[in-house]
Amino acid sequence: MADKLISKIPDGPLAEKWTKRKSEIRLVSPNNKRKLEVIVVGTGLGGASAAASLGELGYNVKVFCISDSPRRAHSIAAQGGINAAKNYQNDNDSVYRLFYDTIKGGDYRAREANVYRLAEVSAAIIDQCVAQGIPFAREYGGYLANRSFGGVQVSRTFYARGQTGQQLLLGAYASLNKEIAAGTVKSYPRHEMLDLVIINGEAKGIIARNLVTGELERFGAHAVVIATGGYGNTYFLSTNAMNSNGSAAWQCYKKGAFFANPCFAQIHPTCIPVHGDQQCKLTLMSESLRNDGRIWVPKKKEDVEKLRKHQIKASQIPEEDRDYYLERRYPAFGNLVPRDVASRAAKERCDAGFGVNETGLAVYLDFADAIKRLGHQRVAERYGNLFEMYEKITASSPWEEPMMIYPAIHYTMGGIWVDYDLQTTIPGLYAIGEANFSDHGGNRLGASALMQGLADGYFVLPVTIGDYLSHKFAEPKTDTNSPEFEVAQKAVQERIDKLFSIKGKKTVDSLHKRLGNIMWEYVGMARSAEGLKTAIKEIKELKKEFWSDVCVPGTQFEFNQELEKALRLADFLEIGELMARDALNRNESCGGHFRIESQTEEGEAKRDDENYMYVAAWEYKGEDEEPVLHKEPLKYEYIHVATRNYKD
Amino acid sequence: MEFNLKIWRQKNAKAQGHFETYHISGIEEDASFLEMLDILNEQLIREGMDPVAVDKGCKSSGPVSFDHDCREGICGACSLYIDGRAHGPDDHVTTCQLFMRHFKDGATITVEPWRSSGFPVIKDLVVDRTAFDKILQAGGFISVRTGAAQDANNILISHENAEKSMDAAACVGCGACVATCKNGSAMLFVGARVSSLALLPQGRPEAARRARAMVAKMDELGFGNCTNTRACEMECPKGISVDHIARLNREFLKAKFRQ
Repeated sequence: MADKLISKIPDGPLAEKWTKRKSEIRLVSPNNKRKLEVIVVGTGLGGASAAASLGELGYNVKVFCISDSPRRAHSIAAQGGINAAKNYQNDNDSVYRLFYDTIKGGDYRAREANVYRLAEVSAAIIDQCVAQGIPFAREYGGYLANRSFGGVQVSRTFYARGQTGQQLLLGAYASLNKEIAAGTVKSYPRHEMLDLVIINGEAKGIIARNLVTGELERFGAHAVVIATGGYGNTYFLSTNAMNSNGSAAWQCYKKGAFFANPCFAQIHPTCIPVHGDQQCKLTLMSESLRNDGRIWVPKKKEDVEKLRKHQIKASQIPEEDRDYYLERRYPAFGNLVPRDVASRAAKERCDAGFGVNETGLAVYLDFADAIKRLGHQRVAERYGNLFEMYEKITASSPWEEPMMIYPAIHYTMGGIWVDYDLQTTIPGLYAIGEANFSDHGGNRLGASALMQGLADGYFVLPVTIGDYLSHKFAEPKTDTNSPEFEVAQKAVQERIDKLFSIKGKKTVDSLHKRLGNIMWEYVGMARSAEGLKTAIKEIKELKKEFWSDVCVPGTQFEFNQELEKALRLADFLEIGELMARDALNRNESCGGHFRIESQTEEGEAKRDDENYMYVAAWEYKGEDEEPVLHKEPLKYEYIHVATRNYKD
Repeated sequence: MEFNLKIWRQKNAKAQGHFETYHISGIEEDASFLEMLDILNEQLIREGMDPVAVDKGCKSSGPVSFDHDCREGICGACSLYIDGRAHGPDDHVTTCQLFMRHFKDGATITVEPWRSSGFPVIKDLVVDRTAFDKILQAGGFISVRTGAAQDANNILISHENAEKSMDAAACVGCGACVATCKNGSAMLFVGARVSSLALLPQGRPEAARRARAMVAKMDELGFGNCTNTRACEMECPKGISVDHIARLNREFLKAKFRQ
């Protein structure tokens, strides 16, 4: 089975690989494209841009989303920006530097060829988005403005206030609308994919539940594209939207698609701290704030005590009694170190007893210096809406007192394993955007998720999928009355019937919260072999409890949000276990994955390149069977692999 | 904190709806309105599976359905009419960014779905807003193919116009403007999109066609006319100005004259 992991990386020099691959890919003539059908599941940046671009090419596209409109996909919530190697700032940026920063930021666990291609197409994304009418920030001369993000020393991030994800998604959604109007794309909102249908070893369709009527519906195609995002909600509390889930990807895994690096989850350093146990969602504060905000905690424990008792305010603590710990530990990058480094440093200070809120789980992000240096108006232009949002939520004004922040689960670098063409181990099944594993290694840099989603959707997938479809135009339309569809629908129906038949005593949310607690405790910012073994055991027990004592009210054939949540939690319980298993296997610290057994004397992450420089791709073997690990070795031909250094 | 919640319950689009009243206590003042509804739903599910509670007269309508997703005020999914105001008593927020500290302890709070012929109820507080998608499909885009674009900095846009365009583009498509308008008009929604694109050079070639097509679609789908009450601007969670309706009107008139 190991031979399934063929990455199909083209030969030749790095900078010529994508050009070479494109020239090899077979074309499909316009009259044949009309005969071909493609299903795209998900309408975030990846899904919407892919569906629109495939429609433009002339394929017949069916696009699915769980929300009431494609525009509400969670990409909409991305705040800070999108990276591109334009070098508009003349700061010596280049495709190579964007490539290098991304590989280094990912702690040398991503494929060189994929990342180079990402950097190569990044500039065209900005061109495309501007042409669509996306109102990026402009200088007074009318040229595009840039800002800096973590883990880099150039300004290559394009932005639209703190709503860049929204604007990029509305651009992709507009292109999608254009194609829906043209009749090349048909949109199915409020539909949730519950199974993948495979015929003769190839992906040929999906079973989806119409979330309004509750009916199970069958959809056939010549190829299926999964663009359903990540699985961060396994942790219950995360910055992901409430309905974001890993189920579509997970069903693909259970049908034979390998799942890669599941333990690589990103913990974002700047989120609003948890305020109580009634909370179900954490709010991110954009990384762009670290451009001008300074992160600190008090130097003295007595100040910490007074803060917790509300006897003093942060602004009253004199400069010399503040510990700007990121500037202290990482002088070269200061407050702009990558997310994993910043998150661990915050945890280190809080664990040492310097956390500043009542729970002891918060640090300050302070704008007092920036306001002094830049003035109120310029700070307001850059961050006004974020300050407002912070104040709405916390009832405290960042203009007067520093923000309080703490790390939270934000993104998952792991996902469905794909080759260079973004095809999974199942022929005809593709995965793009956050749903795949390919470009970010062990840690994603800020403003790179938007770049990857749009790179995959606009420029990579529409080309590479042609190679597969060029062999398929003679095949008739997929027959959804075939036995394979029958069996798949029956399996989904049985799963739903089983959930309603349990009639237990536990609500879905109460069980999900418990899964979240296990995950955060043992598969969170610091992981140990012992803890991970405990996690696996406890998740298994919780899964049993779920399948014997969950309560799903209502019926299938109606709008039923509790049923939706129950089906997703059933999958999160299995995803959580695989994450813990993968984390246990990877006995090294790298990127967002920190094993306490593997650290330097200074407490920095210690990679083990000799034993773990590979992609861990897991193969599903059955309900109670152990999954099988396959290894795709990573080769670095163009980058010198080194310890990540953000100190000098 | 504790509250009495008077909530609209409706089984499906065809069923007759009615209000049910629930009591809820132990709510933190930092809890959001939707977190409060989550807690209510946990309570309703527990009561529903407890036969004793049902015998004692607890409602068995099950948990309340409501649309929500990002809970950061950006996806536009949440859509509640609270105490007679779209998105509730706080200004310039969506319901998910409304916090219980804005209510008096012990208050009775009335929660309804958007009420507009353009947005039929699906269940309880969930409405069907696909009409908004249809309006945008009529012309709310720039017809550029993937890969056809020139270098981004070849199109110069003044800082001022980029900012104005962004003001309009901030629309989250929630539908509060329609729900608030006594005529059920979608002019602020349409105006925001038309205006955002009309302010940019890339949007000019199709400006006339876009304004005509989107207004025609809006009329066709049964949304009412604008009578300049400005209620939409007051209730828009993103503070989108009726100036954009004025720009839509200018674009629309220009398009008509050209015809």
